[in-house]
Amino acid sequence: MDIDVQKVAMLARIRLNDDEATELAPQLNEILGYVDQLAAVNTDGITPTAHPHDAAMPLRANVVTNGNRRDALQAVAPKTESGLYVVPKVIE
Amino acid sequence: MNWEVVIGLEVHCQINTKTKAFCGCSTAFGSEPNTQTCPVCLGMPGQLPVLNTLAVDKTILTGLAIGAQINLESKFDRKNYFYPDLPKGYQITQFTVPLVEHGYIDITTKDRGDRRIGITRIHMEEDAGKSMHEGLDAVSHIDLNRSGIPLMEIVSEPDMRSSDEAIAYLKNLHQVIRFLGVSGADMEKGQFRCDANVSVRHPGDEFGTRTEMKNMNSFRFIKQAIDYEVMRQIEVIEDGGEVVQESRLWDSVKNESRSMRSKEEANDYRYFPEPDLPPLRVSQLEVDNIKAGMPELPHQLRARFETEFGLSAYDADVLTQTRELSDWYEALVAAHPADPKRCANWMANELLGRLKELNKNIEDSPVSPNQFGELMDRMGDNTISGKIAKDVLDAMLESGKSADAIIDEKGLKQVSDTGAIDAMILEIMAANQGQVDAYRGGKDKLFGFFVGQVMKASKGKANPGMVNQRLKELLKG
Repeated sequence: MDIDVQKVAMLARIRLNDDEATELAPQLNEILGYVDQLAAVNTDGITPTAHPHDAAMPLRANVVTNGNRRDALQAVAPKTESGLYVVPKVIE
Repeated sequence: MNWEVVIGLEVHCQINTKTKAFCGCSTAFGSEPNTQTCPVCLGMPGQLPVLNTLAVDKTILTGLAIGAQINLESKFDRKNYFYPDLPKGYQITQFTVPLVEHGYIDITTKDRGDRRIGITRIHMEEDAGKSMHEGLDAVSHIDLNRSGIPLMEIVSEPDMRSSDEAIAYLKNLHQVIRFLGVSGADMEKGQFRCDANVSVRHPGDEFGTRTEMKNMNSFRFIKQAIDYEVMRQIEVIEDGGEVVQESRLWDSVKNESRSMRSKEEANDYRYFPEPDLPPLRVSQLEVDNIKAGMPELPHQLRARFETEFGLSAYDADVLTQTRELSDWYEALVAAHPADPKRCANWMANELLGRLKELNKNIEDSPVSPNQFGELMDRMGDNTISGKIAKDVLDAMLESGKSADAIIDEKGLKQVSDTGAIDAMILEIMAANQGQVDAYRGGKDKLFGFFVGQVMKASKGKANPGMVNQRLKELLKG
């Protein structure tokens, strides 16, 4: 299996130059090959595991418990204006 | 060349809970930006989602209303993509096993008659925040109040064959959702949004390549967008080209769609099971309890109005357009059971027309069901004629006074006294001797003239039945 390093990097929003991509490709392929060993296990008739714990999901009541903490929560944002987060222009 | 259109629809519908899908933040609309957020819906590291129980119940109720199967165990997955209004970098959704599967909506269109449109699935997911670009140069603004609001995504089968069918499906679905009270479904507020998958083929062929028109929130735009896309695809193919599978955005100002393709088009969502959420389990008992609390649906109400109250199909349809309308009509008939048909007729034709002119919905009607019923009763007991009743209704809407008060005040009580009516008739005959002679000479058509004159002389208050009867008598001579 050969991994398309630049495609994976794009999906993860990580910028790689060609040298880095060339260096990473064999390493990533090795990881994939290692994980691929799992494919050798015969899973016929085994129900897929949805979650490692055999627990059902707890649910929350439909009750508002959070107030307005905008100032505290936006303190870590790189840039805000009139209560809005400011980000580089996104074109639809 | 003969083309067949194939349409499948995805509807994103906000579930009207007080709090978000996975946290205790309010969902109130129109608040100051970013005042209804918390570490969970902002995607801060280490935060854990806990699902809102009411969102689950409302999705199940919707599933039951469309005759679907409820999966007693369903699962959540992550759909990964980067966009600034999606702070976690993924949306929690149900990919492999949704809560609801295999339902349907019945529709009727003029061209294709009665058809059943399959619903593949309804799954639960969370909404993203809101991006604003207008009037901004190099930046966009993000409001995350909407981030994490619970959605149902309702996915149809590719069963529709015209834009009319698509709109009929959407309208029926919208109506069911409004009746169930599971969503405000206000399209202008983005609570009911539609993606349309459209392709064309020659009848009998395999499905053609489809395109997806994204995020439309008006029935009119959806129809225009589908019609435009159908024409565009047919042109591409007839010019020897191929339709490219892509997402397109409808521009309702220019009336055209454009490709949303960009270098980031790689729609690779890398779904995987949401490790923070174990499977959602509901019991058959819970499902049965939800079913027991299901309100009457529009088609059931229509049928009942026709059989129980003897309404025409038209009136029954008008009065079941919204829950507010059918509730108002039922309150009217409960308080004034004498003539449900008259009530329906007058409500559908006279009251609703006037409310529309006043730009009001039935729930804002200045006249209550009880007051309106009193007006119906005054016609029923011959206190006033239908013609006068329309004037009384106008006055009621204007003044808020009761029908009886207005009838009294304006002296509109119908004249049913033979003596008084005879006197009016004789006066009119005396003043129109020429017409009397002509009528007696065989000009039957003049009868209407006399009726009109008497009604005019009585200012519309004479009992029309009695006027007819007395006129015939007296004109004989």
